[in-house]
Amino acid sequence: MPVREVLLKGTDDRDLTKLAEYQAIGGYAGVPKARAMTPDGLIAELQAANLRGRGGAGFPMGRKASLIDRSSPKPKYLVVNADESEPGAFKDRQVMALAPHRLIEGCLIAAHAIECRDVYIFIRGEYLTEYEILQAAVDEARAANLFGEAEITVHRGAGAYICGEETALLDALEGKRGQPRPRPPFPPVQGLYDAPTQINNVCTIATVPTIMEIGAAEFAKIGVESSPGTAIFSISGNIARPGNYELELGTPMRELIYDLAGGVAGGRELKAVIPGGSSVPALSPDEIDVPLDYDSLGKIGTFFGAASLIIVDDRCCMVQLALRSSKFYMHESCGKCTPCREGTRWMVQLLEKIEAGDGELSDLDLLDSVGSRMLGRALCALADFAVYPVASYMKKWRSEFVAHVELGRCPYGGESSLEGIVSPLDAHRHHPGLEVIA
Amino acid sequence: MTDLYDAIQAERAKYPEGSRSATLHALRLAQEEHGWLSPDALREVADALDVTPAYCKAVATFYDMYHLAPVGTHLVEVCTNLSCALAGAQRVVDAFQSELGIPPGETTGDGGVTFRTVECLGGCGYATVVSVDHRYRQFVGPDDVPAIVEELRAGS
Repeated sequence: MPVREVLLKGTDDRDLTKLAEYQAIGGYAGVPKARAMTPDGLIAELQAANLRGRGGAGFPMGRKASLIDRSSPKPKYLVVNADESEPGAFKDRQVMALAPHRLIEGCLIAAHAIECRDVYIFIRGEYLTEYEILQAAVDEARAANLFGEAEITVHRGAGAYICGEETALLDALEGKRGQPRPRPPFPPVQGLYDAPTQINNVCTIATVPTIMEIGAAEFAKIGVESSPGTAIFSISGNIARPGNYELELGTPMRELIYDLAGGVAGGRELKAVIPGGSSVPALSPDEIDVPLDYDSLGKIGTFFGAASLIIVDDRCCMVQLALRSSKFYMHESCGKCTPCREGTRWMVQLLEKIEAGDGELSDLDLLDSVGSRMLGRALCALADFAVYPVASYMKKWRSEFVAHVELGRCPYGGESSLEGIVSPLDAHRHHPGLEVIA
Repeated sequence: MTDLYDAIQAERAKYPEGSRSATLHALRLAQEEHGWLSPDALREVADALDVTPAYCKAVATFYDMYHLAPVGTHLVEVCTNLSCALAGAQRVVDAFQSELGIPPGETTGDGGVTFRTVECLGGCGYATVVSVDHRYRQFVGPDDVPAIVEELRAGS
């Protein structure tokens, strides 16, 4: 599969953080082109492109725009989700650092489609350098009179994984604790400040200028029919050449792992691939002959997610992997829904018991049962995200969980690659003087 | 009125009238001025936003980047989420613990450095990621730690 660049095009040769450089390769040409179209015509073009949301859910961006209630007397808002917090994902950050004007151009085009004046880009608080680059680009574009009637405000978060969830993000943007809202009403009807709101990921919006440039029909030919376009795949963990790789959707996973990223680091044996960021079911080595697109990954029981592959080699104890993952989700559970708040804690406690060698076989059943009582029972997907990976480790590597119980200790005997890893949850617990957050 | 008050009003002006959207910015500005969100700092933010100090504290306690207790002059945060952990982040944590003489979650006796572990910083391909005063250091190994600590001690 050829390597085709959309999101990062031109970043190797030019400093696209500068407006003049971006304009020299045709940047911002899509804005007058879009504004010459009616909003209905533009939405039809975006729908024809079948650009699926890159934040993880894969919902078509054009259809989302079509759901915006443009007849509402309230203002319409466009919100860009740049809260990238999924463990394993670091792609949005690269787009903002290397091609911020592509994101801004996409914002201006999408804003015209939904007849919106105010655009908010919600960037996670930890991305300070990226915020500075993006803010400078916004200021430069505004000074060059590219905004027209539109206005773009970059809004910094303050450290909370849950704010990547779209309704929690809206609450954080409204200056509240970032907790998910019940749906319906969905954001296209009642979102930011209770007004119709379109929310899209950075990579989704930054792809829009290319649709304007080459047209929906050409764009739909990139990648595979069910998932056109490219994605930036983040690959990390025990891999020889970690980093971001922009590829057409449908590229074989094996090609990314072995040809492009050089295979497992140190020539070790592959044990597991977590293909969409830490929240999705893991794949065993015999499952990696799969095209990287939404539907193909869905068919084998996992998710495209954040297009972020975490590679795990044979030195890793799967109980420790489950425990470290669960500690993250317990730390990040916002506490609003009981199944998530309590369930994540139960998962950590049971996995700690099993890892310590104090577990019984009935604890494995209990862990399965806790997971099944969390799935689909909370306002947002964080509870599901805690369960999906752990349930997959327990199913596909069950013998390791059983071995912990039968041996009364971790079979890795202190040699697992995750041995002794300290998480923020542990540090808080060991130092009760510190404020426990989230 | 204070500079902090004026800075918070400038943030409020970016959002629709009557919204509380400037809250996160206001807390950040107050923390930058005071070093942490002391009760006095929370009162100042509350006054500038026309909300109660309790509202400000409720928001501040939700987010990891706000400090509700005093912290050191410098902040060292080591990511120990999956990708960094698989690449050996615990050895980096151990090296900081040994160089600084404190476990994660604590501040050195001289108030120079607060050291903690954090969840994913979004630098998974460049493990181990260490955020030093909010700037990322990437591909940090245990051997790099003494120089980072020396740099912080020399600069404080």
